[in-house]
Amino acid sequence: MTENDKASSRPTVADRISSAAIAVDHLVKVYKQTRAVDDISFSLPRGSITGLLGGNGAGKTTTIAMIMGLVLPTSGRVQVLGHRMPEDSASVLGRMNFESPYVDMPMRLTVRQNLTVFGKLYAVKNLADRIAELAEDLDLGDFIDRANGKLSAGQKTRVALAKALINRPELLLLDEPTASLDPDTADWVRAHLERYRRDNNATILLASHNMLEVERLCDRIIIMKRGRIEDDDTPEAIMARYNRTTLEEVFLDVARGRVNGAKEAAR
Amino acid sequence: MTELSLHRGISVHRIGAMILRYWYLLMSSWPRLLELLYWPALQVITWGFLQLYIAENANFFARAGGTLIGAVILWDILFRGQLGFSISFLEEMWARNIGNLMMSPLKPIEFLLSLMIMSLIRLAIGIIPMTLLALVLFHFNVYALGLPLIAFFCNLIFTSWSVGIFVSGLVLRNGLGAESIVWTLMFAILPLACVYYPVSVLPAWLQHVAWALPPTYAFEGMRALLIERTFRTDLMLEALAINAVLLVASFGAFLALLRSARKHGSLLSGGE
Repeated sequence: MTENDKASSRPTVADRISSAAIAVDHLVKVYKQTRAVDDISFSLPRGSITGLLGGNGAGKTTTIAMIMGLVLPTSGRVQVLGHRMPEDSASVLGRMNFESPYVDMPMRLTVRQNLTVFGKLYAVKNLADRIAELAEDLDLGDFIDRANGKLSAGQKTRVALAKALINRPELLLLDEPTASLDPDTADWVRAHLERYRRDNNATILLASHNMLEVERLCDRIIIMKRGRIEDDDTPEAIMARYNRTTLEEVFLDVARGRVNGAKEAAR
Repeated sequence: MTELSLHRGISVHRIGAMILRYWYLLMSSWPRLLELLYWPALQVITWGFLQLYIAENANFFARAGGTLIGAVILWDILFRGQLGFSISFLEEMWARNIGNLMMSPLKPIEFLLSLMIMSLIRLAIGIIPMTLLALVLFHFNVYALGLPLIAFFCNLIFTSWSVGIFVSGLVLRNGLGAESIVWTLMFAILPLACVYYPVSVLPAWLQHVAWALPPTYAFEGMRALLIERTFRTDLMLEALAINAVLLVASFGAFLALLRSARKHGSLLSGGE
């Protein structure tokens, strides 16, 4: 193989962006006077689980909303599964899904009715079988014919997860997936997400305040503060850089502005 | 759901899924179902007795039998048609489900088509018993209007959808704080559309405004049919032309408001 052949077989930046599950390039979102997201760039390879960390108002939800096409960027570009968002979202929305505390499932519909409606919206084949499979996987059997509004917080989270998985998404966006869950249910949800990623080579981007969750699930972490990316690496590398043994300590360092001191101490 | 995907194919399955969603909701809630019947029935009874009273005491109205009760039925087609559209939309806002729909492959045109079909279903549930009540209690058979009734109905329902599409866009952009527009906007049309009186009653300058509204043509057409026994095809065609413009304009406004909602992050909040 000649040098030229090697050069031509080497992936270019454009190749990496188009093969990435998510590619965010110089993304900015300004609401009136507030820069909610301030010139961030990252790309996530397919099959990865990435945690988006940051305090309240760090820009996590706005970033995820722009990736989903729910919010238009002020500038910059987002590419999802090789398609520009939101311009080409029709090509990609059926291949992704999400769960967020900012949305609910209709309360008066039963779990089965909700999953039927969303299954049809996502054109899921053999829908009855898929619902039965999810009911088995996520243990929905006891309440599948109960109205969503009559479920406990833990049950609702499992239903929301079932909706997020109904179309076997290649890309899953999760905003606080285990918020308000007891430790047992939260652990159970995490185990399910890990299994789903492994079995389907799915890409998962999750925003969370739960550091243990992020440590356990994610192979990469992006820390945001005031709309900017403060750090971006594996959990181990970030903890080593801050000379900390847990992500919670790193989070507190970042939140309280002890970033430079902690990094200095690590050196 | 993206406003930019309009040119791609419309999916009957996705529209069907949305209709199924509203049908499940309607069937799960007897107060919702009862409300569809309650207000139209109350309207027709009140105005039916008023019509009887007037007919007994005024020669002109005696000859023009049914104009009031006919106007009430046509007004309800217009008003309930818009409410049927808008309430189905509001159900998504109340349930905080709009984000789920916006993130799904559902397209705006499919969403709006499903709301139109639901407005017809809700209207049928309320209006058919209302017309039967008018027949039994007041011997007014609206179906005896024959084919012209279809022309009146189409023009009124098209206007109700235009208003429904526009106010839904406003709520999408401004959140539930704008909900009151859904309930009140049609009442601004009521005096101008000359539901219960002819356009000639209005001052000359206001008549121009009245003739800009398609429902005016339907109500004038109904009076011409009941009083003069003539069907004014010209009125119906003019109304149809204005309705076509209104539908296109309201859809354009909806897409612009949806885009503005994405720009301002309203789809994430959806609150007040």
